[in-house]
Amino acid sequence: MKFKKYIILFSSIFLLASTEIKASEECFEGTSRAIFKFNMGFDNIILEPIAKGYNKLPEPIKNGTSNFTSNIATLLSIPNHLAQGNIKGAGNATASFLINSTIGIVGLGNPAEKMGFSNQKEDVGQTLGSYGVGPGCYFVLPILGPTTVRDSVGLIADTFVDPFAHVTLREKELLGASGNRLDYLTVKGTTAVDFRADNQANFDSLEKNSIDLYASFKSLYLQNRENKINNSSESEDDWGNLDN
Amino acid sequence: MKKISSVLILLLLISKTSFAGTYSSDPLMFVQELVNDAISKLSDKNLTKEQKENFIRDVAVENVDIDALGLYTLGELRKSADKNDVIKYKLAFKEYFLKSLTSRLTDYSSNKFEVVEAEKKSSNYTIVKSKIAKSENQPEIKIDWRIYTKNPEKPLIRDLIVEGLSLARTQKEEFASILSSNNNDINILIVKLEEFVKN
Repeated sequence: MKFKKYIILFSSIFLLASTEIKASEECFEGTSRAIFKFNMGFDNIILEPIAKGYNKLPEPIKNGTSNFTSNIATLLSIPNHLAQGNIKGAGNATASFLINSTIGIVGLGNPAEKMGFSNQKEDVGQTLGSYGVGPGCYFVLPILGPTTVRDSVGLIADTFVDPFAHVTLREKELLGASGNRLDYLTVKGTTAVDFRADNQANFDSLEKNSIDLYASFKSLYLQNRENKINNSSESEDDWGNLDN
Repeated sequence: MKKISSVLILLLLISKTSFAGTYSSDPLMFVQELVNDAISKLSDKNLTKEQKENFIRDVAVENVDIDALGLYTLGELRKSADKNDVIKYKLAFKEYFLKSLTSRLTDYSSNKFEVVEAEKKSSNYTIVKSKIAKSENQPEIKIDWRIYTKNPEKPLIRDLIVEGLSLARTQKEEFASILSSNNNDINILIVKLEEFVKN
């Protein structure tokens, strides 16, 4: 059964690698727009009020929560740095995780950053991108939001690569650590709230000023993924052909 | 009489200049001076909301290449669309841009802003890298300014790249989506821009 899952996963990746579909192309725009509408409703009713409440918490609590979830995310970055051949990145991420989990009291603090070990977040979608796998078409997932074919395959693969998911989602013991699905969902949920709270002003501004909010989110998502795969914040330069 | 009217015109010009100041021609200093000016005006509690809005409009008209930004966001359609429609679009875009900008910036609260460095990309472009310091409600934000320097005496802002996300590209892709779902009809885009300004 497990073997079958891996076959499906790798076949999907192979199919992706051979596709020439650009990320700007939609898989099924009508459905994606409907799901986007649902997600916005979910955000308005549930996520945004929680994020607003979270923003009212004292700064040390917010920082501690953010550090804690970031430290857990480091576990996913380590194997991905290795898969990308980035030994230095893997070393930094490992050092960051070990220091923050011990001196930083289970990741609530971030002393590693002050010591010069910062983790650059990596996931399987980025690793596939670094191998030259194209994004495939774009679509929106319920609750999880914008994605592409490559990134959605990466999302599933993340749960196989991530030691935290292995312990919690799959409920398997690893080096004496154990957990359950609720732990996984709690950490992922908290990460989402932390992200939403950090970007409260940006979300408000985007909602207020967009003529087509769906397209704005799509553009921002695709630019962000492009930057993460290229490990750069350099924006694509397509101003050159502007004839003034 | 002629003398009085000349003095009045001069006074008017001076007051206009001091409100939306002219800044250095060096791209790095240009951004630094413009942002310092904006922060001091927008955090001034003695200024009304209307005065702040007027300030933002004046600064934007003077220092942002709104025409070029409008053409860029229109994409390839700028080459094939009817010239009169493009002129109409440019006017609608200008009003849309200024309204959108003022709504984003009038409630701006003062944050520590720092210009980091300037990187000359070509004779036409310099990227000025800056950052806004971390505050209680937001993390540190890196902002790159795409400065158009074709006229070295008059640098103009063409894009802001916030944490690697280009605002111009986002706008362009948003407009492209509207156009593609409306048979590339520029007039529908113009109507949508005008509706935004009215609301």
